[in-house]
Amino acid sequence: MGFTLPGLAWSVLAPVLIVTGAAVCCLLLDLVPPLDRKSHLAVTGLVGLAGALVVSAILWGQPPVRFQRMVALDDFALFFNAIFCVTTALVLLLSVGYVRRQGIEAGEYYALVLFATVGMMLMASGLDLLVIFLGLELMSLSLYVLAGFFRTRASGNEAAMKYFLLGAFASGFFLYGIALLYGATGTTSLDRLGAALAAPEAARDPLILAGVALLLVGFGFKTSAVPFHQWAPDVYEGAPTAVAALIATGSKAAAFAGLLRVLVTMRVLQADWATYVWLAAVLTMTVGNVIALVQGNLKRMLAYSSVAHVGYMLVGIAAGPERGAPAVVFYLVVYSFATVGAFGVILLLEREGVEAVNLDAYGGLGDRHPVLALALTIFLLSLIGLPPTAGFVGKFYLFGAAIRGQLFALAVIAVLNSVVAAYYYLRLIVYMYMRDPEGPEVRSALTPAAWVALAVAVWGTLHLGLLPGPAFAWAQRAVAPLLW
Amino acid sequence: MLLTAVIFLPTVGALALLVLDRRDEARLRHVALWVSVVTFGLSLLLWLGFDPTRAGMQFEERRPWIPELGIGYHLGVDGISLLLVLLTTFLAPLCLLSAWTQITTRVKEFEIAMLLLETAMVGVFCALDLFLFFVFWEAMLVPMYVIIGVWGGPRRIYAAVKFILYTMAGSALMLLAILALYYLQGSTTGVYTFDYGPIARMILEPALQWPLFLAFALAFAIKVPMFPFHTWLPDAHVEAPTAGSVILAGVLLKMGTYGFLRFCLPLFPHASAVFAPAIFVLAIIGILYGAWVSMVQPDLKKLVAYSSVSHLGFVMLGLFALNAQGVEGGILQMVNHGLSTGALFLLVGMIYERRHSRLIADFGGLWGVTPVFSAVFMVVTLSSIGLPGLNGFVGEFLILVGAFQVSRPFAVLATAGIIFAAVYMLWMYQRVVFGDVRHEEVRHLPDLNARELATLVPILLLIVWIGVYPKPFIGVTEASVAELIGFVKAKAGPTAGAWWLY
Repeated sequence: MGFTLPGLAWSVLAPVLIVTGAAVCCLLLDLVPPLDRKSHLAVTGLVGLAGALVVSAILWGQPPVRFQRMVALDDFALFFNAIFCVTTALVLLLSVGYVRRQGIEAGEYYALVLFATVGMMLMASGLDLLVIFLGLELMSLSLYVLAGFFRTRASGNEAAMKYFLLGAFASGFFLYGIALLYGATGTTSLDRLGAALAAPEAARDPLILAGVALLLVGFGFKTSAVPFHQWAPDVYEGAPTAVAALIATGSKAAAFAGLLRVLVTMRVLQADWATYVWLAAVLTMTVGNVIALVQGNLKRMLAYSSVAHVGYMLVGIAAGPERGAPAVVFYLVVYSFATVGAFGVILLLEREGVEAVNLDAYGGLGDRHPVLALALTIFLLSLIGLPPTAGFVGKFYLFGAAIRGQLFALAVIAVLNSVVAAYYYLRLIVYMYMRDPEGPEVRSALTPAAWVALAVAVWGTLHLGLLPGPAFAWAQRAVAPLLW
Repeated sequence: MLLTAVIFLPTVGALALLVLDRRDEARLRHVALWVSVVTFGLSLLLWLGFDPTRAGMQFEERRPWIPELGIGYHLGVDGISLLLVLLTTFLAPLCLLSAWTQITTRVKEFEIAMLLLETAMVGVFCALDLFLFFVFWEAMLVPMYVIIGVWGGPRRIYAAVKFILYTMAGSALMLLAILALYYLQGSTTGVYTFDYGPIARMILEPALQWPLFLAFALAFAIKVPMFPFHTWLPDAHVEAPTAGSVILAGVLLKMGTYGFLRFCLPLFPHASAVFAPAIFVLAIIGILYGAWVSMVQPDLKKLVAYSSVSHLGFVMLGLFALNAQGVEGGILQMVNHGLSTGALFLLVGMIYERRHSRLIADFGGLWGVTPVFSAVFMVVTLSSIGLPGLNGFVGEFLILVGAFQVSRPFAVLATAGIIFAAVYMLWMYQRVVFGDVRHEEVRHLPDLNARELATLVPILLLIVWIGVYPKPFIGVTEASVAELIGFVKAKAGPTAGAWWLY
């Protein structure tokens, strides 16, 4: 009975395994007392995420390790691991008090959040379309369940159903794209795919073009790029706010990680996809911002705003991976801090036992809850892109890539879009500081854990705004493995 | 280090205010006031240490900030920026003093916003790195937005949002132009930097200069504001609290004219030459239109606001004449406008605090009721008109001398603007101060108190000083202006010899 284990470099999977271990521990610890409190599960999750973050930091800068052309732990994957670990940790910190207040505290919640994170990490380190697909599915399936955690609410069910149905379609498209590419080239490995595409006749092969197009549809859905964005507002509105924060940041970052890896492989077809990315960027920014203008529900507003931010990041991709990729990954960090923070403030505010998601609840917040109002203001300023917040530096970097890529029209559309966007973010600031409170009192449920999460998000937003230098260097290094 | 101290001392003060008890309003006001006074003192050290015979930047500081992108923390002042820095730090304590009894809600936030605003404004005038400049330029928006929106008049929210959106729309394109300059400069020399020096020395193709010039010019024209980009100004100035109006008129508008001088002219000399006639036309329209609209305003504050459009038209005229007299006059007139219009807004604020009305028709006969107020008001009015012996005359005279050398018809039209200015200011003064008391409420208005006099007297002294002996003020700019003009003309080369009507 000779059975040889393939020589597996365990370190390739170290961060993924640590978080998986934490998720499994959550499932097991759920069964031991205390049964009525689940905060020890959040602690377990945080420890796992911290471990993965530390391991990623240790491995950072080491020569990349690969396994069978399937998974790689290069600087790109490590950088994204750090994004996922930090955003998930912030989401967990915000969740602890939130799920208890909302009466949806359950052990599976924490396990599913961690499994979603494992999926994201796999997506960022996948070197094979199938691994990327596996990561995508692991992440998506966990998030479908999480989106429906408000089981007794119609909006929660609607969110989960919509997310699942549309997500399943997108997965189908994605898988079909993989199948077509496999049919045309006989491989799903990105390395070999890149080599196969380098052949001159490949660029005109309809199977390949259709395959790439279908992959882009799948990524478009996960990033919620127009016209695949329609699920976003309903899902964000119906899902628990902490989950919405994870969908808006972690899952998007994962989709961008996969998208960047795939598009870099398809560099020979850049002439083909660049036009579509250009168009998608314009539509995504404009549609997101224009619809956000008229939203009275903050979660919906943030949903459309997140669509618009995806548009800005697509500007970076349209500028070409060499120029745009570092700007995109930097912007993902900036955007994640501000978005998790903004959702975090929203989920801490309650009015008559219900989350304060309507704009009018924010009247006079600056007087009633000065700390939360100030934090939200900082996140909004970052989303607008005003100095000294990180959003400004991030946009500067992104639009700089567009200018460098000679995409002047796209850059002009992008900056004008950020002016339009300023209007709806400022409207919230107007409510908080320039209007008087009206209606029933808005209470804050600021727990120490949430305090830590918001403090980290504020710190990140201001630190990356004032001293972005090292983060720029890391972003440059993170994308270096892509541009071999 | 001195420049850094002048720029960031107010921020340090703002941080100190954060930890003070918000209920102890008197202490908050005192701390903020003293911080701004010390800042002014530091900027006086700049003036004392400044060598007016030397052109070029002085007090330079250069440190890497984001070296990965060639962004440096590079500061410096020449004569042009020095005067504007002094104007800013001079007006800031007066604004805080003027708000002593006018701002009674959220005092802590107000003082913090004013101090942060001061940092951003001084930073704009000192930054010698395009990225740093843009950061200060945008950072100024938020505190000003808050000042208008929180402590402003009834339509404050509309005015605040309009102000910030107009300014952002303008600066958005400037951001792209800055990035384009960065890559153009980097791809030709191989050294990517946002530093002002190398970018200013780069000679651009005329075809490239046009769009970049327009992108910068739009941002600055909105800020100045030049006709037809001025429509945010009446709203913002009228709705802002007095301190905000003074800062808006006194300093913020100068950021636009300063931008033209520091960036548009030296970076894009060819495009500046090509567009100079258009700027002239817009400046003249601004001068006349601002004056005419002022004439029919029933509201004192609105009248002063529109008069700014007219005055800033003069400044633009002087700057784009691009000769020593015109530019020096333009710079001096920036200071003059800051002083006289600042003082007018202060006076309007004081009288509004007493009468709770700004309508000209609600006043009349103040001379007998509040003689001190009326006397100060008279001096400031005359300064705004440009009476010889007061500051306004010197600046306008120099501008007209400069403009006359370039184009007589425009100089003549601009002179007509001075006459209109006399009409609307004197007519307003006459209706407010002279005649009989027509309203019972006016009869018992108290005269200026000591604090209000302390706010106004420094401005009055400067109004007379500049009017009688402007040499120290013109002197500091002379060398810098000569260098700037020489630089622009040399860089433009003979092709731009068609400086229009030369």
